[in-house]
Amino acid sequence: MKIFQQHFKSLVIVCVLFFSTASFANSSSEGEGQIDTKKEVEDYILHHIQDSHDFSLFSYTSEEGERKHVGFPLPVILWTSNGLTSFMSSEFHHNDDGHVVVEKNGLKFAKIHSKIYELDATASVISFDEEQHAKNAHKVLDFSITKSVVGVLLIGLLMFFWFSRLARQYKKKAIPTGFSRVLEPLVLYVRDEIARPNIGDKHYRKFTGYLLTVFFFIWILNLLGLTPFGFNVTGQLAVTACLAIFTLVIYTASGNKDYWMHMLWMPDAPWWIRPVLAIIELAGAFIIKPFSLLVRLFANISAGHIVVMSLIAIMFTLKQSLGVVGATALSFVLSFFITLIEVLVAFLQAYIFTMLSALFIGMAVAEHGHDHAHDEKGHEIPDAEDVRGDFI
Amino acid sequence: MDKLLNDFSPGLFVVQTILLLLLIFMMVKFAWKPILNSLNEREEGIQGALDAAEKAKREMENLQADNQKLLQEARLEREAMLKEAREMKAQMITEAETQAQEQANKIIVQAQLAIENEKKSAMAELKNHVANLSIEIAEKVVRQELSNKDKQLALVESMLAETKLN
Repeated sequence: MKIFQQHFKSLVIVCVLFFSTASFANSSSEGEGQIDTKKEVEDYILHHIQDSHDFSLFSYTSEEGERKHVGFPLPVILWTSNGLTSFMSSEFHHNDDGHVVVEKNGLKFAKIHSKIYELDATASVISFDEEQHAKNAHKVLDFSITKSVVGVLLIGLLMFFWFSRLARQYKKKAIPTGFSRVLEPLVLYVRDEIARPNIGDKHYRKFTGYLLTVFFFIWILNLLGLTPFGFNVTGQLAVTACLAIFTLVIYTASGNKDYWMHMLWMPDAPWWIRPVLAIIELAGAFIIKPFSLLVRLFANISAGHIVVMSLIAIMFTLKQSLGVVGATALSFVLSFFITLIEVLVAFLQAYIFTMLSALFIGMAVAEHGHDHAHDEKGHEIPDAEDVRGDFI
Repeated sequence: MDKLLNDFSPGLFVVQTILLLLLIFMMVKFAWKPILNSLNEREEGIQGALDAAEKAKREMENLQADNQKLLQEARLEREAMLKEAREMKAQMITEAETQAQEQANKIIVQAQLAIENEKKSAMAELKNHVANLSIEIAEKVVRQELSNKDKQLALVESMLAETKLN
């Protein structure tokens, strides 16, 4: 009962926050009105897939014909040629094509397709070349608290709150109660089904913390991406690249002698083939493995978002041929089932990322001290460990 | 590819790296370590309890086997004792019987002996009695006979004759 009350309280706080910031309803004079045509839908989806500098919940056109946006402004933090500069994203007035120029710290900034550009000192308005690239401005290093960063912070805090509570519960009782009871089997799942079998009983403990963090981080963020808040954190290349590089650093740093030996100077191979194998192995370890990790997660989640949004857009694009009711029904049914699949994919991608990370770490710490069995012709009979290695 | 590279935000990458590092550090320190330790402890506890239960069960089984053995032994012993008792009983009965027989025989012999003696003494007494009676009768008869002189003479005569005959 107490827990319920607590939850209710936090819910109220969240609601109050939302409604108080709803006053950040901003109007923009630009023509970002309703979205009807295929081109507009495409642009909208592509815009959504990108990170965004403000947290917009929804927008509507008021009776006066003004476009109103409801949501939060988020802080923009830039590393410019004049050093660190920060201001609120509301100063761009939801403009995304570079027409609103913000002057701060003696520099001029404009936002084009969710990227912030610093205008050259002499320019006052951005000019574009034929390919719609800005001619007189350059990108700046953007450390802004973007929507993705908000998502990361939110999920980080949520995870910390949930799991530290679970940890605290163990001090008092052997079996957790309430929501923690749901979390415990998940922790056990990651430990017993992902970390232990792939890394091995001897070393798994050291890496379980990382694997658990990554698993829940990706999974919850994937699920968050399915909510109408429109987060797309795990669909950001920067985020997946960061995760993949963490795995790369971990398995490279923890690789033992056998691992490097097998990579650089493959035993049991003819000497002249060893350098070739070394090149392949090095490419595999430092490029292919992390690249596959980062692209798989990014592509799956982005594709999921695009598919769901496209199916929702059927409501507008097929309005002419199917009628309003038909298009809405079709869009609803299709997007409903795709969303169900996306819920599965959200888990699956978190699982695969964690699984493969564990596998790569497991390969790096595996001990090859075991003798290979030989058949009568003296060839090695590969055991399960080797076969597993071959398939990665 | 160009677009993908364009979409890659180095700033976000840096922020994400810092946040993820922080998150991993915090989670490991405040959540995963205590959770995994507690889980391990609990599992070891459960394993220990299971082992103890298994051990207790085995001990119980041993005890039961011992009990069974003891019971079996006791049963065998009881049977042996019963058998022995039965034999003893039979033996005692037969012994008693023979003893009784002997005793009875002895008693019978004694009784017969006594009867014989009694009979003898009774016969003797009877003889005495008869002798006395016959003497008395004879006396009376004689007295009566002798009241008459003739008869006395005749008697003496006959007696003398008899004596002579002897």
